[in-house]
Amino acid sequence: MKTTRYLIAAAALLCALATGAAAAGPEAQQKNIILATTTSTQDSGLLDALLPVFEKQSGYFVKTIAVGSGQAIAMGAKGEADVLLVHSPADEKKFIDEGNGGRRLLIMHNDFIIVGPATDPAGIKAAKSAPEAFKKIAGKKALFLSRGDKSGTHSKEKKIWETAAIDPENQPWYQQTGLGMGQTLSVAAEKKGYTLADRGTYLSLKKNLGLDVLCQGDKSLLNIYHVIEVSPQKWPKVNAAGAKAFTDFMVSASTQKLIGAFGVEKFGAALFTPDAGKSVESLGK
Amino acid sequence: MDLILEGLWQAIVLLCTLDPETWRITLLSLQVSGAATLVSLFIGMSAGICLALADFRGKNLVVSIINTGMGLPPVVVGLFVTIFLWRNGPLGFLGMLYTPGAIILAQAVIATPIVAGITVAAIQNLPRNLRLQILALGATRFQMVLLLIREARLPLLAAVMAGFGGVISEVGASIMVGGNIKGYTRVLTTATVMETSKGNFDIAIALGIILLILTFAVNYILTHIQQHDRPR
Amino acid sequence: MNTEQTLLEVKNIDVRRGGVRVLEVPHFSLRQGEIVCLVGPNGSGKSTLLLTLCSLLERHAGELFFKGSKVVDQSSVLDFRRSTATVFQEPLLFDTTVYDNVASGLKIRGLPGREIRQRVEQNLERFSIKHLGQRAARKLSGGEAQRTSLARAFATRPEILFLDEPFSALDPPTREALIDDLDTIFRETKIAVVMSSHDQAEALRLADTMAVMQQGRLIQMGPPADVINFPADEFVASFVGMGTVLKGRVVQARQGTVSVSVADKLIECVGNAAIGQSVILCIRPENVTLALPAHHDGTSARNHFTGIITRLVPMGHFFKLNLDCGFFLSTHITCQSLEALDLQKGLPVSVSFKATAVHMIART
Repeated sequence: MKTTRYLIAAAALLCALATGAAAAGPEAQQKNIILATTTSTQDSGLLDALLPVFEKQSGYFVKTIAVGSGQAIAMGAKGEADVLLVHSPADEKKFIDEGNGGRRLLIMHNDFIIVGPATDPAGIKAAKSAPEAFKKIAGKKALFLSRGDKSGTHSKEKKIWETAAIDPENQPWYQQTGLGMGQTLSVAAEKKGYTLADRGTYLSLKKNLGLDVLCQGDKSLLNIYHVIEVSPQKWPKVNAAGAKAFTDFMVSASTQKLIGAFGVEKFGAALFTPDAGKSVESLGK
Repeated sequence: MDLILEGLWQAIVLLCTLDPETWRITLLSLQVSGAATLVSLFIGMSAGICLALADFRGKNLVVSIINTGMGLPPVVVGLFVTIFLWRNGPLGFLGMLYTPGAIILAQAVIATPIVAGITVAAIQNLPRNLRLQILALGATRFQMVLLLIREARLPLLAAVMAGFGGVISEVGASIMVGGNIKGYTRVLTTATVMETSKGNFDIAIALGIILLILTFAVNYILTHIQQHDRPR
Repeated sequence: MNTEQTLLEVKNIDVRRGGVRVLEVPHFSLRQGEIVCLVGPNGSGKSTLLLTLCSLLERHAGELFFKGSKVVDQSSVLDFRRSTATVFQEPLLFDTTVYDNVASGLKIRGLPGREIRQRVEQNLERFSIKHLGQRAARKLSGGEAQRTSLARAFATRPEILFLDEPFSALDPPTREALIDDLDTIFRETKIAVVMSSHDQAEALRLADTMAVMQQGRLIQMGPPADVINFPADEFVASFVGMGTVLKGRVVQARQGTVSVSVADKLIECVGNAAIGQSVILCIRPENVTLALPAHHDGTSARNHFTGIITRLVPMGHFFKLNLDCGFFLSTHITCQSLEALDLQKGLPVSVSFKATAVHMIART
């Protein structure tokens, strides 16, 4: 009957563990906010810097679901998130037009960059704009890695291909990873290919990559982040008060200051430019 | 190679300095997967024993379905559990999505067929007349089940190991239903994925090593129990 | 032997498997201290009847009475099972020590530790396995394992012991030793036993009552000597080793003896039957005397025939001899006699047997 004793002991232990796990998190529903956001805000470490401040101030517990912008917006459109922090303006407009959203406020921007091997086989350094750089890559049939995951970055990339009037789909030199930004950058580094990346993720990964920034500064490469409240009219279960508190927090002066300072210490340069209160048109000038 | 050594070093540092975040993630992994294994043991073993002892038409079909379930892809389970737990889904009123409870639920769904399948095989592998012999010794039905479990304890402990090993190393469902929320639903596997995508390969390797050590430790203890409790 | 009290009685037992009736027993009973052996070929229903008697098999219909009260609901079945013990052909030991195995039935009953220890010790000794107490049951030899299984059964002090082919997995010397020990233990404990066996020799050695089964029915039940010498029908006759089973017709009947015509020969036998009646004659091989054709005088036997040896079958200590006397006749002969008489296949011999050695069964 030794085994039985062991089994009972193991069961008791597991019960204790399970109770511990259940008690580990905050319980009250209305104190939770589901924030659906892009991987870049989490992977760059920005949210780790901001959320503790917000949680301390407001008493809310933020459940961050870091996915591609496309999926984040889809979650909002199903009422499965309370507030979104995303960077895919075209999809966001559609989201608002369909009546899914409440307030949509400009928070910050950084920019996209085209990175590739230092040898730059397609010679895109000479290009004056992003579409021109893409044309050169296509012209040389140089390897290009696409996220291919309907993220904000992916939709930006597709827009640039559109402007360049090139359809890269099914081309042997155009490969879709289906992965996040960080992993796509790693794949590009391994395969010595080009890719479009947001500056924040690139900077935070730079040390391991060996990829150079080859094209930057074009206005079409701006990466603009908005916060969007999910409409409580359409989805009654949405935590509207929490969403409002988070949105207010993001545009507040002190938060904007935190965003402006984020990354200076670690990377020597800010990863994001705070933009609350500005208009999209005024950016990048 | 440097990266792996660096990861090893990082793992030692994280563990030895009692890095609170790492410990929290490790403990949560253990708690969540332990609880999921426990749930799957209750359900899987009861179902497996009932099935092994019962005799009905279509039993083979049910056993085949369970054996198929032993290979359920975690992401598929994650997807279905997510859909069920959505606020506007059938179980939305529970408010369970993106909680440790949701991970326990998804992992239990993954582990239950594994436990049930191995249980059915273990009980059916016992001599056919053993059941009659136990009843003949004057056992009640409950005592009979306990004795059968005791006789099948070696394969049943293997079921525990397989179930636990299956869920602690699983990432697809955990990340979908848990959301990898810092300090709340972040477990070793989801943290490893995130650190990899952040490019923090050293930390990712460190977490991977911790996961390996943890799995090894649990399996070692169970194997010890399994091999120790045998008369010579 | 105490013959007063009926311990176990069943009525109108009907067991089905997959809708097919596999056992039909209108009545069976067991007295205190009685040892019954169920015999029959494979598939005759011995094990089915045995498992039904110890209430381990579900029955389609029928009633079971233990000491006069009906065993019907769950609690009375449990009480009944706790008053009995069953040992199977395979020892079916638990994966633990011999000691714990012998104790298992007592632990199930929740007896106090001291009582358990005392009873386990007693039965380890009774079955001469005390030295194996701490051994792993899985590492025992076949004989040791079956002794452990029996000790486990006896430790519960059952009023009835059920043994399902307990010796058939054992090699001959082990089986002999175990049967001898069991015989002693049975007499000492005066326990009532129902056992099944496909070997009638086991029944002869241990049983007070032999029950022959065929196709799920009890064909004949009685003291082993009666069953063996006076089989009730052709099937039982051949099963219990009647060497010769002949069909014939009664042609003459006098007071207490009849003449039966078998293949145009007349066989005299003791018994009463009407002329013209169809009968079966059974002759045990050991009751047939053999002589060379020249020496058939000087015997009081009523039946004398001459036959040709058609087959000589070595059986170990003796030979089985098949003869053609116009009808089939089987007899035994020792190896020495065979050599002395220089018998060979195809040789004529003369045989004789007494009228009392012929068992006559009327055919219906």
